[in-house]
Parts: sequence; structure tokens; C-alpha cells
Amino acid sequence: MSKANLLERRSVVSGLLAERKDAIVVGGLGASTYDIAAAGDHDRNFYLWGAMGGAVMIGLGIALAQPELPVVVITGDGEMLMGIGSLATVGLQKPRNLTIVVLDNEVYGETGGQASHTAATVDLVGVARSCGIADSSAIATMADIEAFARLMQDVSSGPRFASIKIDSANLERVLSSRDGQFTVTRIRGALGFGPI
Amino acid sequence: MHARADALKENAASWPEDIFAILQRFDVRQVPYVPDAGHSQLIERVLGASSMRAVPLTTEEEGVALLAGAWAGGQRGVLLMQSSGVGNCVNMLSLTQIFRFPFLTLVTMRGEWGEFNPWQVPMGSSTQGVFELSGIKVLRASHPDEVGEVVEAAAGQAYNACTPTAVLLSQRLIGAKVFTK
Repeated sequence: MSKANLLERRSVVSGLLAERKDAIVVGGLGASTYDIAAAGDHDRNFYLWGAMGGAVMIGLGIALAQPELPVVVITGDGEMLMGIGSLATVGLQKPRNLTIVVLDNEVYGETGGQASHTAATVDLVGVARSCGIADSSAIATMADIEAFARLMQDVSSGPRFASIKIDSANLERVLSSRDGQFTVTRIRGALGFGPI
Repeated sequence: MHARADALKENAASWPEDIFAILQRFDVRQVPYVPDAGHSQLIERVLGASSMRAVPLTTEEEGVALLAGAWAGGQRGVLLMQSSGVGNCVNMLSLTQIFRFPFLTLVTMRGEWGEFNPWQVPMGSSTQGVFELSGIKVLRASHPDEVGEVVEAAAGQAYNACTPTAVLLSQRLIGAKVFTK
């Protein structure tokens, strides 16, 4: 299954988040959420354990509410495909502080490794660009990951989209909290918002 | 083709203005929508309001997720859609229970009260049931002079008590869509 020159997902995510500063990070359900948890729990981590297809829109809602903060959505190819229309919605809104990263292993890893559309036909970078996200690119090296991590901090030049082809190895799960109220209340608290 | 929308423009109703004033008073900032003729006057007001961000969607479930993100980021929102869009939201409505966030949606009804198009009837008939099965409280307004108080009550319980709420705006209120060749 493994192809040459594919990046390792945990290294990619820990590289993206090493100097995250005040960024809010949304993880799509499945392995992306485990990757973010593996990089270190954080008050500003928004872990998803469901709502497949909703990660980008949750990121957009945060980005519009907090235009001075970097907002980073990290999700998988299957989750992105289910919410593919949200790229069109982001392209229309053009939030300058939003970054979308797809970890593309070309399979549904949580459900047995069935092939996703990106394995054969779909070019997510092309989709994002044609939806109006002009800064859309494929990243293939760890050096470019480091450069992109710095770019994510720039809240004046987004939205941006990156697809990163990763190997499809199933790694040990690193489980974040599954309590949505805890997660959102913690983020709100970090931003200075109290309970009702 | 668009007789209902044209009629709305010629005879601007007062109830969309009532809704707009309530949304402003509750400091609603993000307004995701999939267009419906019944919401056209309100959408125009939102697009012209500097305090509100109108967010056109490709499908209604996007709006549920957007409002969850808005709440995490400290803003309130409201989702505008037609009854046929409610079915598109079902799995994403889980978020209202998972996050217990102040979810409010205003739904213009089709498939009732003199409907011409049979394709609108199945989803229109199940709209209230779908919401209730999903844990969303349902209020309904059928007459222009009750829209304000119903939306006021819905906004109050959604934003003050984090009780997810849908307001169904009856087709009787809006008028059945007129199809002409």
C-alpha cells in the first residue's frame, strides 16, 4: 500500500502545530483528531468525533467570529469530500485568517481502508482553487510543511488550502476528550467568553 | 416563474422587518442561509446590515456547523432555510446536543396550505417531526401579527437558555407559490 515519498501524518501535524501560538485548531473526525491530540492537548483544540463533513464549516464560523486569530482546520480526504460544498462557501466568504489542511491518504482508514475518490480521480487542490480559494497547493516535503506552518499565522493573506499526501499506515489512536461541551466551553474560556 | 417573489417585492410585508429587528436586538452576527422566496425580504435586510454577516450555503447542514463554530468563537447566529432543507441537516443537528449551543433556525414552510408542487409535500409534512426527533423545540407562526412574538420567544429560549429552537413560518403566512408558464 505504501508509496514512496509520502509523508508521515503525525510528523506533519506536529510540524504544523509546533509554533501554533494563539491559533485555534479544528480536527475532523477520525485520525485527524488523533493526530492533533498526539501533537499535544491544548485549550484551543476543537476535536470532532462526528459531524462528518462539518469541519471546514466549524472552522469558518470561528474564523468569521475571530478575524484576528489564525484558524486551522486539519481533516482527512473522506471528511473533506463529504463537506466538499463548504469549500465553495469558504471561497465566497474569503476569511483571511482561515487555513484548511487535508491529510490525504486516499482511504477511509477508520472503516477498513476502503479507497476514497482521491485515490483515483478527485484533485482536491483543483477543487479548492476552482471554488475561489486562490492559495491552494499540494505539499510534499517536510521543509514545505515548516514554511506553511509559518504562513498559517498570517491572518491577512488567507484563505489558504493545502493537500498533503500521507502514507496510509494506521497508527495507534491517541484519544482526545469526546465531550463536546467541555471542548467548546474550554475554547470559549480561552477566548474570554464565560458560560451563559 | 417567480410570482411569489415578485409579489413580495411589490407588497413588502412587515413581519420580515419584525424578525430583522429581533435579530438585531439579540446581537445576531452570522446569518447562514439557503435562499427561499419566503425569506427574500429578510435576506435583503441581512445583506445590507453592517453588523451581520450573510453566509450563502451550498447545503443547509453547512449552516448548523457554521453556527457551532460561531458560538465557539463568541458570536450568535441564525440559520434561514426552507422546509425541504431540514432533511439535509439531520446528522449535523447532533451538534445541538453535543455542544448545547444556542441554535436558532427560521424555516419557511412548503408542502402545505394550497401547495401546487407535490414534490414539496413529503418533506414539508415531516419537517416538524424531524426537528422534534432531533431534540429541537418547534414553534410556529401562521399569521403576520404573531410572527414577532413567536420569533422573540424562540430567540429568547435559544440564546438565553441554550435551547435549540426552530420557528416554522407557515406557507399560509407566505402564500402558496404561484407557477405560471
